[in-house]
Amino acid sequence: MSPPVPATIFLQSQDFIYCLYIVAFMLMIQGLRGLVGPRTAVRGNRMAAVGMAVAVVATLLQPGEGNWGLIVAGVALGTLVGVPAARNVKMTAMPQMVALFNGVGGGAVAIISWVEFRHFGSTYGPHTFLTANGFEVQIGGVPTYVAIFSVAAAIIGSVSFWGSNIAFGKLQEVIPGRPITLGPAQQFVNLILLGLTLAAGIALVDGVHSELLFIGMLVTAALLGNAVVLPIGGADMPVVIALLNAFTGVSAAATGMALDNPALIVFGMMVGASGSILTKLMADAMNRSIPAIMAGGFGGGGAVEGAAGAGEHAGTVRSVAAADAAIQLAYAGHVVIVPGYGMAVAQAQHVVRELASELERRGVDVKYAIHPVAGRMPGHMNVLLAEADVPYDQLKEMDEINPEFQRTDVSLVIGANDVTNPAAKNTPSSPIYGMPILEVSDSGSVIVIKRSMNPGFAGIENELYYEPKTAMLFGDAKSAVADIVTELSEV
Amino acid sequence: MILASVLTTNLAILALAGFLGFIVISKIPNTLHTPLMSGTNAIHGIVLVGALLLVGLGHLDAFDKFLLVIAVAFGTINVVGGFLVTDRMLEMFKRKPAPPAQGDGEEARDS
Repeated sequence: MSPPVPATIFLQSQDFIYCLYIVAFMLMIQGLRGLVGPRTAVRGNRMAAVGMAVAVVATLLQPGEGNWGLIVAGVALGTLVGVPAARNVKMTAMPQMVALFNGVGGGAVAIISWVEFRHFGSTYGPHTFLTANGFEVQIGGVPTYVAIFSVAAAIIGSVSFWGSNIAFGKLQEVIPGRPITLGPAQQFVNLILLGLTLAAGIALVDGVHSELLFIGMLVTAALLGNAVVLPIGGADMPVVIALLNAFTGVSAAATGMALDNPALIVFGMMVGASGSILTKLMADAMNRSIPAIMAGGFGGGGAVEGAAGAGEHAGTVRSVAAADAAIQLAYAGHVVIVPGYGMAVAQAQHVVRELASELERRGVDVKYAIHPVAGRMPGHMNVLLAEADVPYDQLKEMDEINPEFQRTDVSLVIGANDVTNPAAKNTPSSPIYGMPILEVSDSGSVIVIKRSMNPGFAGIENELYYEPKTAMLFGDAKSAVADIVTELSEV
Repeated sequence: MILASVLTTNLAILALAGFLGFIVISKIPNTLHTPLMSGTNAIHGIVLVGALLLVGLGHLDAFDKFLLVIAVAFGTINVVGGFLVTDRMLEMFKRKPAPPAQGDGEEARDS
């Protein structure tokens, strides 16, 4: 090695690298603050990206960094996969994309812990003795807390990787969206897997040096990730994605604790905080506790009750033609559009926007009511409608729009189901009882666009469809709305 | 003593970052929750830094290198893919015109 130049010493000093990390934190946090509004968000995101770049460059400065071939290969590989994916993904497929990215992050954390174990694992465990004055002194090896955080990161990362892959599979419909359970044994199996994973982790921290045991722990954690997400139904996906997001963030922060790296700690905790907040919001919006969702089975369990409930409905369902719907909408003063997953599946957001523009041209006031859990991830509907150029100030959140339904002439429900079900208010026996809903039945009349009378993802019959003021327009969301637009031009 | 101070310093960073995260993130409206999630995908791409730290250790055998190439690639996917897709999404929110002028289809305004 050639004698170091003073500038190199400065650039590679711990202090300089840490100062760069601090700059990265400021950019990251200021960037996140930009996300408070659509106007500042683009700049905020770019600022956060610059923060990330600063953190990465700072890390590359560390003394001893080498193996540039490896780094270039990894970065090139990641770019080749990441860029086309980000460029081409459809907005309707965002939930899958986010699930996949979550998994990738968790997987990286698990791998990092594995490499750490291969390097330092032999020094895990007690290597301490007490001095005469009562201080615990570490001789050789890594401190116990490093082993604990490293092993914890491995476990959470592995759970997140596999859980996210299953969530991706369900959203992409590679795996059936309905809950896949082992029945009553499920809870028991989950507990066993959790116990085995923790036992392996504790043994490793305690100094059992066996790479096989480490791999075994990764495998049981992987099985746990599978076992927890497989039984969760499609309707609960927004919660699951947010929770896995939090897991990946926390595992990254744990890696930071193990590697003594503040950038990993801060960025990881930001993600952990974000994921936790979203998980709480989503669970509240469904009036479900997080443990109950993790226990699984919601999506299908209600189907039996729903089917039983269907028989009780003596009410008839009124079907309507697109032409009549068009007339009703054209002569309304206030229209509220309630989009749901059906709109996403049918890629109907553009034609919905067309319909809204057509109505506005006729002087109809149009708003959109967005339930927090409409779709398959937090904010899913907002992104789709933004893609279709719907001004975001027309998108109303649940609390804001609910009082307005009384003044609404026509509510147009497009592919939304459970979030409009009055059973959540009226039927204590309903599985969704207590869930806050969009109170469309307060409006003058309701038009529901739906493919068939099949109950939604949660498998619960919707009383709304049997109300006298409700008319059903059967068909695929896209073609049904397109029909209304066509008819509207002739009104 | 020195070891303990590394731990407690990092714990302090961890706790404060958590609180700061809660404060900053709770201000973000529902409208932007999907971009927030893809943005946090990019942010947990910081695992790239973790992988790079281990690359810097040296003394890597072939299997270590294999694992670390994957970890670096995964981190890069997060960073590059996450920020790009978030940018794409946020541009959709940004290019919104103010409430559309009635009977006028022009949307040329940008600010």
